[in-house]
Amino acid sequence: MSFDSIGEFMTMGGHGFYVWLAYGATLLVLAANVLSLSFARRRYLRDAQALAKRQGGTEPAACDPIADPENSRGLG
Amino acid sequence: MKLKEWWHKMGSPRWFYQISGPWQVGCGILAAVLLTVGTIWGLAFAPEDYQQGNSFRIIYVHVPSAMLAQSAYMLMGAAGFVLLVWRMKLADMVLASVVPFGMSMTALALFTGAVWGKPTWGAWWVWDARTTSMLVLLFLYFGIYALRQAIPREEAAGRACAVLALVGTINIPIIKYSVDWWLTLHQPATFKVTEAPAMPPEMWLPLLLNVLGLYCLFGANLIGRLKLTILEREKNTSWVKQIVAGAAA
Repeated sequence: MSFDSIGEFMTMGGHGFYVWLAYGATLLVLAANVLSLSFARRRYLRDAQALAKRQGGTEPAACDPIADPENSRGLG
Repeated sequence: MKLKEWWHKMGSPRWFYQISGPWQVGCGILAAVLLTVGTIWGLAFAPEDYQQGNSFRIIYVHVPSAMLAQSAYMLMGAAGFVLLVWRMKLADMVLASVVPFGMSMTALALFTGAVWGKPTWGAWWVWDARTTSMLVLLFLYFGIYALRQAIPREEAAGRACAVLALVGTINIPIIKYSVDWWLTLHQPATFKVTEAPAMPPEMWLPLLLNVLGLYCLFGANLIGRLKLTILEREKNTSWVKQIVAGAAA
């Protein structure tokens, strides 16, 4: 450990503001990258499933029932 | 013959979608471990710099993001080249999927650089060669992002982005050698292929962990984005419809 106390660790010898600002920004940017992807994926799947449901009646051959009988039922 | 078959397979979005899952998970786990260890080590255990004090700890987030920003751009340039030469559609998807992560890393490198510059150089920003060429990199990312939004036809947009990505790679060696070619406030590179680092191992080892960790995170994020792009662009194929129907949203 390079610091003697938690207080010293927080103040970083007077550079606390800069160090924690840089690390905070990094955490924020990395988290935003990870979360925005998982939100986008969920949104896409929801929209695509809703679309498939609406088209279900008119487009029965949306997927191959012989190749994958289990999933083909999901399309209605 | 064998090589050509492999190249063809590589270009198939469906094949990529099916094999990439374990890679995404593996990269993600590795990234979490490396970044956690590297960051705690760098923040709390690495010795402080005899000149810069504790502000030098910003290196553990600044250098990885700056390296990744440039590598991601090189990847876009390579993808652009493959797209222009072989018309491989997966290459265009790669190019599009790199942009968010690469752009945010460039912005982050500039921001953490400013935050490091204030206590070290006495200024948030200086117009020297390294910082200016990094700013140019950010504008190149903006340009590629905007170009895709501006051109409605997917194929034309892809080709325009590929050209811009390829031309912009000229900036990468300029960033790299800017600290050698011009008089600059920026310190020289920490890691060089031909020399040992100028700092002791307990200082550069956590940096190496964070660099590797960030590359793994980029790998995982890129695979995830690429898979989403594949689903979006191949939405009318039966295999994508099956995946969509079977997935829990």
